[in-house]
Amino acid sequence: MVIRSPRSAAPSRLTARERARRAARGGASRSVPAPLLVPALIAILFLLLPLAGLLIRAPWGRLGAALSGTDATQALTLSLWTATVSTAISMVIGVPLAWVLARSSFPGQRLLRALVTLPLVLPPVVGGVALLLAFSRTGIVGRYLDSWFGLTIPFTPLAVVMAETFVAMPFLIITVEGAFRSADQGFEEAAATLGAKRLTVFRRITLPMIAPSLGAGAVLCWARALGEFGATITFAGSFPGQTETMPIAVYYALENDPDAAIALSLVLLVVSVVVLVSLRDRWLRGSPL
Amino acid sequence: MTHGDGGGLVVDAEVRRGSFTLEVSLAAAPGQVLGLLGPNGAGKSTLLSAVAGLTPVSAGRITLASAVFDDADQGTFVEAAGRPIGFVFQNYRLFPHMSVAENVAFSPRARGQGKQAARSAASYWLDRLRLTDLADRKPGQLSGGQAQRVALARALAGQPSLLLLDEPLSALDAGTRLDVQAELKRHLSDFAGPSLLVTHDPLEALVLADQVVVFEDGRIVQEGTPAQIARQPGTDYVAKLVGLNLYAGRADGDTVALAEGGTFVIPDHGQHGDVHVAVRPSAIVVSTQPLEHSSARNTWQAKISGLTLLADRVRLDLDGQPPALVDVTPAAVAELSLDPGSQVWLTVKATDLEVYPRNGAQAD
Repeated sequence: MVIRSPRSAAPSRLTARERARRAARGGASRSVPAPLLVPALIAILFLLLPLAGLLIRAPWGRLGAALSGTDATQALTLSLWTATVSTAISMVIGVPLAWVLARSSFPGQRLLRALVTLPLVLPPVVGGVALLLAFSRTGIVGRYLDSWFGLTIPFTPLAVVMAETFVAMPFLIITVEGAFRSADQGFEEAAATLGAKRLTVFRRITLPMIAPSLGAGAVLCWARALGEFGATITFAGSFPGQTETMPIAVYYALENDPDAAIALSLVLLVVSVVVLVSLRDRWLRGSPL
Repeated sequence: MTHGDGGGLVVDAEVRRGSFTLEVSLAAAPGQVLGLLGPNGAGKSTLLSAVAGLTPVSAGRITLASAVFDDADQGTFVEAAGRPIGFVFQNYRLFPHMSVAENVAFSPRARGQGKQAARSAASYWLDRLRLTDLADRKPGQLSGGQAQRVALARALAGQPSLLLLDEPLSALDAGTRLDVQAELKRHLSDFAGPSLLVTHDPLEALVLADQVVVFEDGRIVQEGTPAQIARQPGTDYVAKLVGLNLYAGRADGDTVALAEGGTFVIPDHGQHGDVHVAVRPSAIVVSTQPLEHSSARNTWQAKISGLTLLADRVRLDLDGQPPALVDVTPAAVAELSLDPGSQVWLTVKATDLEVYPRNGAQAD
């Protein structure tokens, strides 16, 4: 058998700029093969076209009028404060839980971690049903709250906060737990040799050192709470001014005033973009979350 | 081995970490700097970690001035935060989110002083270590030598009764190391309590320590003053560290029969039985013809197996009975045309041979 040596391929064009780039950074061709390029372009179109549509169809001329014709201000205010309170609650109780999951060990810890992060994958409406079963006037906890304190939670702003916390807190927990897990414990050892007790170490060393992750987790949690729909509408309903948050307002506006729905969506889009930009630069440099 | 107490640190313990076991019995008196010398993995850092309370002992006990730190038999243990220690870590572990001043004030604050008192304690130590100008910097903005001083200030600011230093100079480049070493020596001699200094650099141990303990494979293989360690190494490892040829042998009258073959004649060396013989590589003379034999000289034949250029001399690696490392000048290499494989004669004066008893159990 004769093995022929390969012949040189026909030359193609290489621009001066590309020559300079390859010379400076090394590496071979960076052109994208068509079987990868085409699906990638489809993905880009799919993700960006709807957003572009939102911008194109927006009633720019009468944005103010469209917004004022609805309960937009009320809904936005409710959304902003409930998302903020949910995030605050998540930080107060979620960060200690993240620490417990990351740093202590006890039987059933893995199971517990799986359970508390379940809301990440659970359909929010299921979370809403579960909250109802627990906290409604006949629920397992709710009946005592009702008979002892006269406290009824469902269909109140408190229910909105609870629904949002239920769905959003796991985002904070997993982000912060990962940070606790990967934080260099050498600094904590050093703090201990300097006389710091466990709580002091947590407060003055561990927490400040994971601050970037805590910030990222809080922003993710807040964004998730702001967009919460399924659990909220199930557990809290949609009473304007009481429990009708922005996403719910958008949903109802779409039926009778599409322009208002678009205007409300734009507001949420702007808020999301602001969140994303603030995250990207400070916290999410190439990290998976 | 037992040690007296006298207000110092006494360690008589065993620490097991997986398959590694550290067995150690040592004492450090107040004001004494005890150098812990040994190769990586010998257990020096494990010992520091046990004394600091970061690793519990598996058996035995650790006490400081009669106060129990850790006692495996009694089951008592004082957490790291409860031990009056100062720890200078290998890479310093300065808190990156705090300024230099906050780092130094950390320990007084954590040990219960008020903010104001902690701040003034910090400024005292910043001043003593010439760090006042750097007080507002973050650790990331410090040079290696500065970071080392901050780490020392932070450890001392907590008013420790015991100072632990883990390779305090190893993160420094050669240029700053000598300056920092001189300064560290001053601060160590000012420190009233015992200090443990871990190092794998023999020079560092010899310069900084009052007493040196040599570790190998989790055991103490030699203890002594720096001068003793340097002149009479107890193991091949130590001999290599201090740059000496070391031979195990058996003394009988004036002759010492060497374990690796060959015999030295050393008049009136005064030892009997198992001995070590140490000789400096520069004390051995290389010649192409045998020198005149006399009772004051030992001469033997050897073959060059390797040449290495050191700073200003050439180190010959010689196979013979016994084998030897010999330092000669580059000129001598050229004049005698020394090549790998050359047969040469080695001569050493009896007065250059240091003979001392071998500690039976620790002989190679």
